[in-house]
Amino acid sequence: MKRGWKNIATWVGAAIVGVAAFAALFAPLLVPHDPFLQDLGKRLLVPFWMEGSDPQHLLGTDQLGRDYLARLIYGCRISMMIGVTVTIVSGAIGITMGVLGGFLGGRVDDVVLFAITTRLSLPVVLVALAVVGLLGSSMTILMITLGLLLWERFAVVARSTTMQVRNLDFVAAAWCAGCSRWRILAGEVLPNIASHLVVVATLEIALAILLEAALSFLGLGVPPPLPSWGLMIAEAKDYMFFSPWVIMIPGVCLFVLVLGINLLGDGLRDAFGARTDP
Amino acid sequence: MLRFFIRRLVVALLVAATVMTLAFIMTRLSGDLATSIAGPSATQEDIEAVRKAYGLDRPVITQFFDWVGRATMGDLGDSFFFKRRVTELIGERMPVTLTLGLTGLVIALVISLPLGILAAVKENTALDRAVQIVALLGQAMPSFWLGLLLMIVFGLKLGWLPISGTDSWESFIMPGVVLAFSAVPALTRLTRAGMIQAMGSDYIRTARAKGLSRASILLKHALRNAAIPVVAIAAVQLGFMLGGSIVIEQVFALHGVGFLGWESIAKNDFPVVQAVVLVLAVIYVGLTMLADMLNAVLDPRLRGA
Amino acid sequence: MSALLEVEKLEVGFGRTAAVRGTSFTVERGETHCLVGESGCGKSVTALAVMNLLARNGVRRAARLAFQGEDLQKLNDAGMSRLRGNAMAMIFQEPMTSLNPTYTIGSQMTEVMRRHKGASQRAATDRAADLLARVGITAPGLRLGQFPHQLSGGLRQRVMIAMALMCDPQLLIADEPTTALDVTVQAQILRLLATLQRDLGLGLLLITHDLGIVARVATRVSVMYAGEVVESAPTAGLFANPRHPYTQGLLRCVPVPGKIRRDEPLGSIPGTVPRVGPDFEGCAFRDRCDFADDTCSHAVPRRFAAPTHDFLCRLPA
Repeated sequence: MKRGWKNIATWVGAAIVGVAAFAALFAPLLVPHDPFLQDLGKRLLVPFWMEGSDPQHLLGTDQLGRDYLARLIYGCRISMMIGVTVTIVSGAIGITMGVLGGFLGGRVDDVVLFAITTRLSLPVVLVALAVVGLLGSSMTILMITLGLLLWERFAVVARSTTMQVRNLDFVAAAWCAGCSRWRILAGEVLPNIASHLVVVATLEIALAILLEAALSFLGLGVPPPLPSWGLMIAEAKDYMFFSPWVIMIPGVCLFVLVLGINLLGDGLRDAFGARTDP
Repeated sequence: MLRFFIRRLVVALLVAATVMTLAFIMTRLSGDLATSIAGPSATQEDIEAVRKAYGLDRPVITQFFDWVGRATMGDLGDSFFFKRRVTELIGERMPVTLTLGLTGLVIALVISLPLGILAAVKENTALDRAVQIVALLGQAMPSFWLGLLLMIVFGLKLGWLPISGTDSWESFIMPGVVLAFSAVPALTRLTRAGMIQAMGSDYIRTARAKGLSRASILLKHALRNAAIPVVAIAAVQLGFMLGGSIVIEQVFALHGVGFLGWESIAKNDFPVVQAVVLVLAVIYVGLTMLADMLNAVLDPRLRGA
Repeated sequence: MSALLEVEKLEVGFGRTAAVRGTSFTVERGETHCLVGESGCGKSVTALAVMNLLARNGVRRAARLAFQGEDLQKLNDAGMSRLRGNAMAMIFQEPMTSLNPTYTIGSQMTEVMRRHKGASQRAATDRAADLLARVGITAPGLRLGQFPHQLSGGLRQRVMIAMALMCDPQLLIADEPTTALDVTVQAQILRLLATLQRDLGLGLLLITHDLGIVARVATRVSVMYAGEVVESAPTAGLFANPRHPYTQGLLRCVPVPGKIRRDEPLGSIPGTVPRVGPDFEGCAFRDRCDFADDTCSHAVPRRFAAPTHDFLCRLPA
């Protein structure tokens, strides 16, 4: 029975991620209006399930008259883009460090562990805010900063799985057969740790999306007028007591997307039998 | 035992030193700090004046060693904006952040421990699955959004709790709950896994063979073993909470250390920013050492007897 | 007077597997009854079933399961827990993991007595110290304050025995108590059990796979194979006149110094224990038996070689 539930949950997660990816890829084709077009005469229109809604703007408009649905879809694109890019960057850093530390051991490993400990002690949100605050808010800076800050899970899992694999018999056999270190690394170690890392990657995408939303919420994330869901929530904060849907909708989208990614990640973890905790 | 702690202490000090360096580098990233501080409408003269006033005309290396030297003595400099000693500022705001963090931790434990035990006892039943779903939901919830939602429901609609400020202990409930949400998934899973493992162990079979009561077996024998890693992780989670409290403090207008960091970033008050990053990092490192000590205290096998 | 423990046609299943397919035996006061057989024959499961300590998916059924005349099947878990550790005690095979690592020896011992006899901490501690001395542990006061990881395997097993005796049990079930210990320690523990059993008049149900142990301590033996008791007899009778082919095979396997010849192979029973489902018919040993024929696939009768010696085989003597 548990299997069955897990299966449904995974498929739900996959479906959510699929929809988000689709929306992200085809955003320009899907939006009914230009998400940046302001129309001050049509501010704060209500969504279709409430009275007095405008059929032209299915989910209403925000405080500057911009179509909400359009901004939502573009927001999805931004979230997904940031999530994936940050994960690629942090993955590259973390996996390299973890594999080197786990495979070579000794001093190298000591350094890697020290780096992980140091990174864990940093208050990530604060550091990210400070960097963006000082260097200015732009997508590139944001993605690089987050990429440089979110690699620790990759490093930890890559390291522990590499250490496990390194001790297995077939690696010893390859060694005895005269394979060079790098061949063993590429041929034996990497393929065996890949599944664990894929699981970590999905969870990291979710984390990156949440972090970006928090930064944008605080005003030091995605630069306006780009529509980030976090930014939309921040902008709507002033109206939240009168027009609660303005913060509800992007919040629900965030929540559902992150939940979907987590469900997919959990499902992948069960499918691969992977461990994400060392 | 002692050697182990000395080693950990050395690592902790190295980490602190590295963070000190990183914090320094971080605030100097934009190149010319004087320009940022002086503002967009400043003249060249103004910028030079600022540079002199805050010692930014000295070589970077000098500034760095000055910072390191003073920080190790506990002198974290002066705030540009508040015109006060940074140590004072942080000292003032720290109680708020600590209260928030501890409230969050207590709430998290109060939720996670019973849920984890319940899920373990009813392993593989609907109840277990429900608990796992709750954990999943908690993981996906954006904290700032949850904070706003709670504000709307409990602050506005129901009027039960204050939505900002730190007038009474009640102001910490909603922020504490939001903070707890970030730790509940991990702690619940850990408790559940630990309990399942404990309950399947040989010493529990012995306890049953001794005819002890269900409550005693569960809470006295199993939990005592399962709780060891949970307590250690809880200390670390507190560290994360304290480091990440900035968002919650902003949402609920709690004037803690995180909020101070946030204000200072907005005002380019880099001594404060540097200092806050360092202080939070040091607290985290301290908490991980505490976690190790707790492990040793709670697990007789580690006491080196 | 009824026997201390009466087990009649006990069956235990875990899902599709029938671990125990009808064992019957009794344990009298002052008697050491050995349940012997190879791994997987169901002897440990039998013991656990008697104490109702089976895993979650275990189902037990018996024609009769009585302790001191009281029907154990009528008791719920609360009722059983009043007997466990009290009038019925059990010790296990793995002393290294059978004690809780986070509590002292003393607290683990005293809690049994406080639970069942409502004793004070003082009284319980005194008794614990007494028993530790009784099982041959020196400096009992010191040991009471120590943690399990500070004791060796042999010491831990002695502690387990002492702990089992805290509430003056009538029946002690020992599931392979010496298997995990060094050979020299094994002998000590067995001697200890025999002495205690004699001094306290306990009924001892000893589970083992070692015929050597059986020969040394058992009053009565029940040989188990594939979930059934295939032969049951007083020890001397079993060794002198084994009737079941499995028992005969087992005895042949034990090399006796002086009686084996250098160029002869050691005895063994070819084949392996079969996996039996609940609807298995006939003799489970037939595939490995030298004397089996077609009639062995039908229900096997229980025959008697002597009033107290029965065995489960259809073949003529």
